[in-house]
Order: sequence, then structure tokens, then C-alpha cells
Amino acid sequence: MLRNQPPTESVISPAPEIRTEEMLLNVGPQHPSTHGVFRLVVKIEGETIKEAVPVMGYLHRGTEKIAENLTYTQIIPYMDRLDYLAAMTNNYVLCHAVETMMGLAIPERADYLRIIAMELNRIASHLVWWGTYLLDIGAMSPFLYAFRDRESILDLLNELCGARMTFNYMRIGGVKWDAPPGWIEKVANFVQYMKKELPNYHKLVSGNEIFIHRLAGIGQYDADTALHYSLSGVMLRCTGIKWDLRRDESYSLYDRFEFEIPTAVEGDCLARYWLRLAEIEQSLRILEQAVQQFPADGEIMGKVPRVIRPPAGETYVRIESPRGEIGVYIASQGKDKPWRLKLRRPSFMNLQILPHLLVGANMANMVAILGSIDIVLGEVDA
Amino acid sequence: MRELVQQPLTMWNLLLIVLAAIALLLVVLVFVTYAIYFERKVIGWMQLRPGPNRVGPLGLLQTVADVSKLLLKEDTRPKQADRILFALAPVLAYAPAFTVLAVMPFTESLQFADLDIGVLYYVGLSSITVLGVITAGWASNNKYALIGGLRSAAQMISYEVALVMSIVGIVILTGSMNLREIVEAQRDVWNIVPQFLAFLIFIIAAQAELNRSPFDLPEAESELVAGYHVEYSGFRFAMFMLAEYVYMFAMGTMVTVLFLGGWLPIHPALSFIPGIVWFVVKFSLYVFLQFWLRATMPRIRSDQLMSFAWKGLLPLAFLNILLTAGFVSIFA
Repeated sequence: MLRNQPPTESVISPAPEIRTEEMLLNVGPQHPSTHGVFRLVVKIEGETIKEAVPVMGYLHRGTEKIAENLTYTQIIPYMDRLDYLAAMTNNYVLCHAVETMMGLAIPERADYLRIIAMELNRIASHLVWWGTYLLDIGAMSPFLYAFRDRESILDLLNELCGARMTFNYMRIGGVKWDAPPGWIEKVANFVQYMKKELPNYHKLVSGNEIFIHRLAGIGQYDADTALHYSLSGVMLRCTGIKWDLRRDESYSLYDRFEFEIPTAVEGDCLARYWLRLAEIEQSLRILEQAVQQFPADGEIMGKVPRVIRPPAGETYVRIESPRGEIGVYIASQGKDKPWRLKLRRPSFMNLQILPHLLVGANMANMVAILGSIDIVLGEVDA
Repeated sequence: MRELVQQPLTMWNLLLIVLAAIALLLVVLVFVTYAIYFERKVIGWMQLRPGPNRVGPLGLLQTVADVSKLLLKEDTRPKQADRILFALAPVLAYAPAFTVLAVMPFTESLQFADLDIGVLYYVGLSSITVLGVITAGWASNNKYALIGGLRSAAQMISYEVALVMSIVGIVILTGSMNLREIVEAQRDVWNIVPQFLAFLIFIIAAQAELNRSPFDLPEAESELVAGYHVEYSGFRFAMFMLAEYVYMFAMGTMVTVLFLGGWLPIHPALSFIPGIVWFVVKFSLYVFLQFWLRATMPRIRSDQLMSFAWKGLLPLAFLNILLTAGFVSIFA
């Protein structure tokens, strides 16, 4: 550190005021609050951040390149491992892209199963965010409450597809497994339980004076900045822009449900906190309706050719993942493997604003700002 | 005990005093062991999990196992650390924590040193701990430790001012700095009633003094990894932990003595229950409050923490002194 460096010019020259020096602090890749192997090199003066350089790629596996040598069905498990907290939406976006290219029709029952799985996963993902974010802020208990409720969701999804996190559930043209008997009722029960539980979350945390003071006005940006940085999801909606692909570019059966798109205008960490909890509420609403409308019987796989060969050409589809707009671009040459697969990863895109938000911020706000972006490193590094 | 100290010093008395001191040390160490155990248990219950339950019956030996692990660990020291200061820091943090226990009146007769400036003695010695913290932060030669140490020092010094000022009201009311006399003066009504404002200030400042939630910034794990003791391991780390919990013991005693009537019963009719029981009950309530806060509160931010101390607590403490002084000069 400073003491062990040879004295520099400024030490020898007589300085009228107290000499201060900027300090280069290496946060991560092994750090409790970087949510994975993310590294941040910050230059701090006192406790003010002068410069922040994110360093990523520690979890890079080359998914896009690997996908070029895999058939479309084989790519699905790789999608699970990108955003491992919301693997269902990743499953869906790939299947959706191929189905769009091939013009496949999906049976209604499969579509409902997909939506229920995706919305359950969205809630699970936001619960993890809620718990870990408060852990970053220094509150220990919410983490355990959130994980208790997430556990019920994982149990449900486990019953549906036999996996807790990396589901590999959806297939091109439908889903792999039908809902086991009594599963829909269990989902309905969970929705009722969660509706009662959510106000307790607010009671424990949202009104806490220390908590509000820590987040209000921190990591603030306006709608223009958000658009310039190509933010999406909650990161965009917290600035007042009402943009949710589930409604604005409706896919699957989302046009059949009534739900609101919560927005805020403050654009700070506190707004993002409220929005994520409000999104859980809306997801519960969608689930409630989906459970009611769930068809009593029907196919779970559409008519799909034995070997999936999308026609030559390009497609880009995008859907709303818990973190924002996730997109898949496929360039096909009519073979059973994609010629090129490109992913638009919302965590990666949202992370771009981090240096902008950190410069000038207090050291103590660093984790609050980073946490509010809600990154999943598997997706950032792909 | 008090009589014993006042008797002329013979070999026999000296032996007794030394044995009593060792007994107190053991009591404190047992307290630390089981405070850690209960902290983990209570927080576990609040967080819907069982807490430690593997080592020994009901997990009662968990802390013993943890401590023996720490003692057996290799004593590591960073290559670039300042050797002498690095070794000195845990001692600086931990020695004063034990010395302040000398003036604590646990019951009428159980007190080791009946100093007339007991309050001043406590305040003076306990502030030495800051030196240990800042030395640890500096000597570790680690940036996280340095930031944690500086934060700690700033926080502890700021809140100490408020802490001391909140005691002044009691000193004015009692007219004494002797801790035993302060307890005796609470025969009719405990200080928590006339000095409620001071009690609140004291409780809040004490949390910051102890570096405990919601003021546990120095060891803010989410930003600073572990704060000033990030480079410490093994026995030296154990000493920091020990100092923290012994301080909790001392602070619990202070709260009980200053505000909750020490060993006095809640009503004279209940005086058949021995004083030490009352003391332990009140003391345990305070310690439980610590655990409760830790399970509930998020961490306050460093800059807000400082402005809260100087702009919030300190003026209130001054106001309390003014009101108390006015009250005493008018009615007494």
C-alpha cells in the first residue's frame, strides 16, 4: 500500500495542505457483494469513487460459439446456465425464436404451462434479488425469509420438470412434461400464500427509516440516460417509461391476462426496490388467472418434425425476463444447427450504466448501486 | 468483596483478591461463550432455522469447538504488515475491555474497585479500544482493513461523545460519579424514568460504540469484507471477537447500573429475590435487545451515521443536560 511505495515527487516537494492520495481498490472477483465472479476496480479518494472500471468475463463459457455445433434442442440446457435464476424465461426465448422461424403452432395447454413456469420463475428470481439485496444493505433476516418462499417455488418447478434450477423444461413446439396430478392446485395454493406473505415483506423492510435513507436518491438517472444505455426491465421502468414486452410486444398468451406494468419516476435504488416487489404482485395476478384458465386437457407438444431445421434466414425475438429484455438472434442456413446464435443478455446490457452511476458516489453506496442492477453473472459473461 | 478490598493487604487477602479476579474472568468468559451461542440461537429462531445444534447437547459446545479451532489455527501474518503493531492491536482492543469490569457493581457487595470516579474510569478506559481498531486497520496493510479501521475510529469517537454526554444527566441527578452510589440513588425510581431521553441516546450510542447492528459498519461484510480485522485469523481474531463480546458484557452492565437500577428489585416488596438475580435479568434483557436488533435492522450508511451522531444525538444529549440541570437547580 501507500507506506511501502517509494516516495514520489509529491512527497518531497513541500505541499502547503495535507497530502491526500487516490487509492486503487480492487473489489472482487472474490467479494461477498459482487454476486458472483465480477470484478470492479475503483479509484477512491477518501470514500468518494473517482473512477470505476468493471472487469468481467470470469464466467465466460462461449455459449454462443458452442451453440453453433449443437442441434436446437441441445442448446436449451445451455440457456439454463446463462441466467440461472430465471432459467424458464431463457428456455422460452430460444424455443420462441425457433418456433417463430418455423411458424409452429403451440398447443394451448403447453402455452399455459410455459407461462405458469415462467411467472413462478420470475417471482423466484425477484425473491432472490430481494434477499441478497438486503443482505448487501446489511439486513440479515430477509434473505432467509425470501429463500424460504423461493424454496416452495423451486419445489413446484421440481415437481414439474425434475430440476430445481437448470430446468431444461421447454422444447421446440411445447414442453417436455405435463403437469403432474394436483400440481395446478398446488400453484393456486402458493399464489394465495404468497399474496398473504408479501405484505409482511413490506412490514419488515420497506418502511424502515434506515433502509429508505440508504436508498432514496442513490444511483439515480433519468429516462434519457436509461434509453442511451439501452437499459431494459426494471432498470428502464424505474425512470417512468412504461415498457414491458409482455404487453407491448405480447408473446405466448400474455394478451389473455389482465396485469399492470408498475413504473416509478424517481429512477433511484428505492424505486427499483419497489418495482421489483410490485412485479411479484403482478406475476401473482397473472398466475391466478392462468390457473383459472388452465385447460382441463390437451396436448403438450405440437406437431414438430423429427429433425428441427428452421428455414434459411434470420430471426430476432425478444421477451421480458425478470432482468429485462432478453433476445435471441438466430441466423440459419436451413441446417439442424444454427449458423450463428447471438444473445442479447439483459444483465450485460444493464451493467453498462454501472461506471456512470458509480463515479462521484460514496464507497458505501457502491454495493447498493451494484445490487440494484440485479445482475446474474452467468448471463453477463455468457 | 468491597470489605475485602478495603482491608489491609495481607498475603491471605491478596490471594483472595486474585482468586476473585480469576473468578470474574471466568464468569466473563463463560458469558462470552454462551452469549455467542445464544446470539446464534436467537437469530436462528428469528430466521426460521434451528441455529447451532450439532456439537454437544443442543449445540451447547459449539462455541467451545469454534474457539478451540481458532486457537489451533496457524498464526498468519501478511508479509507487508507492520509486525509489532499487528501483534499489538488485538491486545490494545482487548485489555481495556477487561479492565473496565473492575468498577462494575454487580450487587451491593460484589464490586472490585469502588472508585468515586467510576463513570469517568469506564469512559476513559473504554476509549482506548479505538486505538486497537485503528492500529489493526493500519498495521494490516490492507486497503479494506484501512478503510474499515478509519470508519471505525470515526464512528467510535463520534458516538463516544454522545454516550458520555448522555451520562452527564445522571451524574447531575445523583451528584456522584460513583457507580454504586448511582444505583443506590435509584431506590425510589429508576433513572430510566426521569432520564428517558438520555436512556434512548445511551442505547443508540452504545450500539455504535459496540460496532453492532445497525451500526456495524466497520465490519460491513458486504462492502469491506470484514473491516479492520480482515487480515486477522486464529488467536488474534479470537481476541478481537472476545473484546467485542466483553464490551457487550460491560455495556450491558453499564445500562443496568445507570438506568435500570442495578441490583434493585422492580418493587421493594420483591426484595426477597437476591440482587444478583435482578441484575442478571435486566442485563439479559439488554443483551437480548442486541440480538433482536441484529436480526431486524439493515446497516446505516457511513456518512449518515456521522451526521446522525453530530447533528442528532449530540444536540439531544446537550438538551437533556440542560433540562436536567434546570430541573435540579429549581427543585433541589
